[in-house]
Amino acid sequence: MSGKSHSFWEEKLKEYKRLLERENPEYGEWRSGTLSPWQKNKPASGNFENSSGISIKEVYNGSDLPDGYEKKYLGMPGEYPFTRGVYPDMYRGRKWTMRMFSGFGTPEDTNKRLKYLIKHGESGLSIAFDMPTLYGYDCDSQRAEGEVGKCGVNVTSLKDMEVIFKGIDLGSVSTSMTINAPAAVLTAMYIAVAKKQGVPMSKLSGTVQADILKEYIAQKEWIYPPEAHLRLIRDMMVYCTENIPRWNYISISGYHIREAGSSAAQELAFTLADGFYYIDLGIKAGLNVDDFAPRLSFFFNSSINFFEEIAKMRAARRIWATVLREKYGAKKPRTMLLRFHTQTSGYTLTWQQPLNNIIRTTIEAMAAVLGGTQSLHTNSYDEAWALPSEQAVKIALRTQQIIAEETGIPDTADPLGGSYYVEWLTTKLEEEAYRYFDQIEKMGGILEAVKKGYIQKEIASTSYRRQMRLESGEEVMVGVNRYQEKEDAPIDILRISQKAQERQVLRNSKVKSERNEKAVINSLNELEEAMRNEKLNTMPYILKAVENYATLEEISNVGRKVFGSWKEPVIV
Amino acid sequence: MSEERFSEAGKNLSLFKEKPAKVLLAKPGIDGHDRGILVLARAFRDAGMEVIYAGLLPTPEQVVDTAINEDVDVIALSLLNGAHMTVFKKVADLVKEKGITDISLVGGGTIPEQDKPALEKMGISGNYGPGTPMKTIIDHVMKRAAEARQKKMSGLH
Repeated sequence: MSGKSHSFWEEKLKEYKRLLERENPEYGEWRSGTLSPWQKNKPASGNFENSSGISIKEVYNGSDLPDGYEKKYLGMPGEYPFTRGVYPDMYRGRKWTMRMFSGFGTPEDTNKRLKYLIKHGESGLSIAFDMPTLYGYDCDSQRAEGEVGKCGVNVTSLKDMEVIFKGIDLGSVSTSMTINAPAAVLTAMYIAVAKKQGVPMSKLSGTVQADILKEYIAQKEWIYPPEAHLRLIRDMMVYCTENIPRWNYISISGYHIREAGSSAAQELAFTLADGFYYIDLGIKAGLNVDDFAPRLSFFFNSSINFFEEIAKMRAARRIWATVLREKYGAKKPRTMLLRFHTQTSGYTLTWQQPLNNIIRTTIEAMAAVLGGTQSLHTNSYDEAWALPSEQAVKIALRTQQIIAEETGIPDTADPLGGSYYVEWLTTKLEEEAYRYFDQIEKMGGILEAVKKGYIQKEIASTSYRRQMRLESGEEVMVGVNRYQEKEDAPIDILRISQKAQERQVLRNSKVKSERNEKAVINSLNELEEAMRNEKLNTMPYILKAVENYATLEEISNVGRKVFGSWKEPVIV
Repeated sequence: MSEERFSEAGKNLSLFKEKPAKVLLAKPGIDGHDRGILVLARAFRDAGMEVIYAGLLPTPEQVVDTAINEDVDVIALSLLNGAHMTVFKKVADLVKEKGITDISLVGGGTIPEQDKPALEKMGISGNYGPGTPMKTIIDHVMKRAAEARQKKMSGLH
């Protein structure tokens, strides 16, 4: 977001203000003539504001939408600006991918869970990694103690990835890996496993999250300073664009921004602002926007305010298409498509009366489908406490299958399109997003805004306000601050055996004793050279180190030496 | 509004007249889930406590060193990554090793019921999960802060 684009956001913001500032005589007459007399003796009480702080009117009508709205802003599915969906036939052509995030304990445990999900009809794999892996530490690191296999599967070396995908043909599945700071290393490991299986790079299909900006904003899992990670992401973008045409190398994520406490509007704005940064990054690296932007995908949260979530997803599609075309000069429609994965909100799950979470997840999953998601993860009802049990995961998957195959919801594209309320809210959320884009640009861009802690503080403030509303009962969570019950011991939960760490440490020492130490050292030295030379692409060097069974921490330590580490600005 | 609700507990007790209750908030593991701890930091501050946030990714050693240097009353630990049985214990062990008796330990996060007795035994109390009312947490922290402060004042350490 630089240069002549300055006025772009201002212009857009003006356009949206104009769209929304409208006379609405029918509404005015209805209020005074019908509503007020009706409410005379029973005034409405309650909180009619959504997570974004937008006040909701009693009713919406045609005058809430600008003239020519349908033609200019809505269109048809599969057509610009894609408000109504990215594909012409939406779910008739192909249902969304039911992608259940999984991975825990040892690679063997995860391999077993992946095969279980494939057997039960899941159509795409998704892997969660444990904290040491996410932060670039090996299973035998002092910092990893007690954390191996806790929040996902542990990967220390290529050997672990070989075990995770044992008996799974990488040429015929698509795999999403939730990995950020060390994304390049895990991508290299995936390529290496595929090579051993005899699957060419061109046939690989999958996604790594690799959205480092949202790490500094929300999830806080980084290894190096932002600039260093962005350099590595650039290398991955260039390498993958040339070699793995079906690899989605960045999944631009609002999920964590939302879970960290933001509103829907903030999730929308900060996520897309990150997205525009990656577009700038690719263009700066010499790539053509129509060649690489189609590889960027998104990942949104579906929380509990039903219509707000649907409107957010529709708004995201419209903003992305509009900005890619108008600001970045994209030519191909494919480039303008905002394709996204959705996960239901973890934050809305309660440990109190946990079966209620099945209902919450169902409503959130419906919002995602009505919002036009391309893939979906439904949370399990026991996840406020721990990683899900097999039974809970199955119910979560069945929830999606019921929506897909019993309800008729997917029969027609964008069934809420044309709803006065949903269209108005979609437009309103866009305005909020454009306001943030303008403000972020004035601060010097998203990277600056993050380094100053501005974005983090915005989120922390929203989160605190919400917490205070819960404390006061203005906002309700059933079973938590209303309709509480005295409860028995918590539900049965999955516990990760402390054995996971022992097994991983054993395997790792075996790997280290069997590998060619000299080759490891040489490849790490070469990687260091590459990291120090901004002009080189680090990907081939990472791949070589990985294939020599250099460990994740050894590779990350090269980066730590070259780039240093990062301390967050003060935000409390 | 928060002042009313939490009634400035951190200052009101006579023990804390001179110097408000001082709390170190820390996530001593490799865990970036900081939504809860950031909310607590503000709520504790609004309740009149003096709050130090250890930032992300401190080691247990760093947490205990900071607590000693800052002479806090309470170390409040939070983890949502399942490593509390190992990492909280490390902090408790370090506190014990250094012979510190005038700093209380409290915990919170995604802590299963089954783990609570063992944590209590280590001297880590509270261990509240998501959805706990703020007042419950603040009352508990203040109670533990008062215990610590009493020891500090009677010079028993």
